[in-house]
Amino acid sequence: MFRFLIRRVLGALVILLIISAVTFFLFYAIPRDPARMACGKVCPDDLLAQVRANLGIADPMPVQYWHWLEGIFVGRDYTGVGHCNAPCLGYSFANNQPVFETLKGDIPTTISLAIGAAFFFLIIGIGTGMVAAVKQGTFLDKAASSFSLIGSSMQIYFVGYIAMFLLVSQLHLLDQPSYTPFTDSPVAWASGLLLPWLVLSIIFTANYTRMTRSQLVEQLSEDYVRTARAKGLSRRSVFFRFAWRGAMGPIVTIFGIDMGTLIGGAIITESTFSIQGLGLRAVRAVTDSDLPMLLGLTMIAAAGIVFANIIVDAVYALIDPRIRLA
Amino acid sequence: MTPPTPSAAAPLEVTDETVEKSITSPAPKATESRSPGQLAWRRFKRDRTGFTSACIVIFFFVIAITAPLIAKLYGKNPYTQYGQDAPIGTLLNDAGFPIKPNGGIDGDFWFGVEPSMGRDVFTFLLYGIRTSLMIATVTTILVTVIGVVVGITAGYLGGRTDYFVSRVIDIVLSFPSTLFFIAFTPVVYGLFYAADEEIPAWARGVCLIVLLTAFGWASIARLLRGQVLALREREFVEAAKVTGASPARIIFKELLPNLWTPILIQSTLALPAFVTAEAGLAFLGVGIQDPTPDWGVMIQRGAQFYTDDITFMIFPGVSMIIFVLAFNLLGDSVRDALDPKSKR
Repeated sequence: MFRFLIRRVLGALVILLIISAVTFFLFYAIPRDPARMACGKVCPDDLLAQVRANLGIADPMPVQYWHWLEGIFVGRDYTGVGHCNAPCLGYSFANNQPVFETLKGDIPTTISLAIGAAFFFLIIGIGTGMVAAVKQGTFLDKAASSFSLIGSSMQIYFVGYIAMFLLVSQLHLLDQPSYTPFTDSPVAWASGLLLPWLVLSIIFTANYTRMTRSQLVEQLSEDYVRTARAKGLSRRSVFFRFAWRGAMGPIVTIFGIDMGTLIGGAIITESTFSIQGLGLRAVRAVTDSDLPMLLGLTMIAAAGIVFANIIVDAVYALIDPRIRLA
Repeated sequence: MTPPTPSAAAPLEVTDETVEKSITSPAPKATESRSPGQLAWRRFKRDRTGFTSACIVIFFFVIAITAPLIAKLYGKNPYTQYGQDAPIGTLLNDAGFPIKPNGGIDGDFWFGVEPSMGRDVFTFLLYGIRTSLMIATVTTILVTVIGVVVGITAGYLGGRTDYFVSRVIDIVLSFPSTLFFIAFTPVVYGLFYAADEEIPAWARGVCLIVLLTAFGWASIARLLRGQVLALREREFVEAAKVTGASPARIIFKELLPNLWTPILIQSTLALPAFVTAEAGLAFLGVGIQDPTPDWGVMIQRGAQFYTDDITFMIFPGVSMIIFVLAFNLLGDSVRDALDPKSKR
């Protein structure tokens, strides 16, 4: 297990390095004047000169990239702007702040959104999937399948507005979505994010219902389940300790992919509900042409996806002993 | 390296036509010989859900293709701002909202009038579907072609090529794609257009297709690579090699016929995904932009005044759900028809 983790983390770091290089070169090599792009839309001449000096535009591209990489580990000094502390992903001239300082404030929002949504869609999705598998072929099963199909065809940018229209502005059942830090007030935190959680769970649940159902149906017909039943174990214990455990593997896999995407920035969700997290920050960075910010965001999102994959593989092996880590 | 992702395609089913033909004896007329394609078609026709969804999907494509004709018969176009041309108080009120209830639906404006700009919703939606479907279709074709070529090459050549291609696929799949789209689109525009220059609609479309393709090919390539790796070791491929068949023959005559099923399934699943991705980008304001009609543009416009006029948003939203649902159901039916053994 330990060796596996080390190997995967090293592999992940290589992938992140390549992604950062590709993104860096694409962003800074292509535009005619990266300094002007990095500076933002409104850019006085003296600031532009400062940006030029700080980005080291005169240096060759690999040197610039090297300085950027170095900044992540040892921090970096921006003359006339200030020091950027150790995990320095660059300096956002449009925001007048190191990129990581800005993003640090957005990360809790995005993670709250992801965790809350996951709580709902896992419970609802796996729950309905289990019911559908046990009551195979009945009305309940068919209802669950059709519901999940319709859910998976819906889009956040439509359902989100419809939900806000109905539940917030017409019926006044829920609050306008907003983010309050959990440490300030857990109740405000939950009530502000409840609507996005529910909308996200409508869309994500579908996958889990279908997956749980088909996996369980398959597992329940396996020989080892029959053996366990023949041994005289109770239905309940066979269901949860044998079939369920065997069925969870692929579900953990898609869960990892979904969490990666959600943490990597639920861009559309955050724009729909105007919640200031990593996703909305990205949209803003695009309108401001804030390249350093976008580079930092890409790195954080990619790290989210890559590490979610590693965690998934490890959990997969813990759940299903037939999988060997190689 | 990577977890076994639940792939849409089912295990391979190698059908050998010659064997099938030799079984059906020519003498009695009662046993009719059918190709695997005919068998799949028969299975598909019997599937009522699949057939209905196929009709809905075809309907969407037909109205997309014939949009200019329909608009001509209907007598309006998606660009004229009818609400603003008419005197204030006839179509839109002072605040810019339709005077008639339900978004101004009446005999003249079947789906109502767009608030503030005052365009005709029906033709705007028609042309919007046209734009979205065109972009999604072209992207799907490109993604499928590239994915098939790369996947077969990697799987067939194996060794170093395979290793290299697989790592590239790993990296592409680790890219946060939506984020990269919205971040990279301005960079691409910056390459061709000056900051104050107007970017033509076709350039936006091309840029979208290129970016969607750049991130879309990897998953289908990975899937086909795996299939080819398994097929390569089969006896019939070995037999072909022994008889001295050229690589081209092996790829096109031996491997490809066995790959049509996963290719077809993957592309039917990919198209609705590209439709929603394209609309999502337009919604975020980085894809197709306002004067050009588009599904996502309509939702973005609708989002600006959803509290006052939800009707405008209902039309693009509901039609998109119907389209995506029908296409997903169609994908399932295609899989069932081509691959009856597969479990869902």
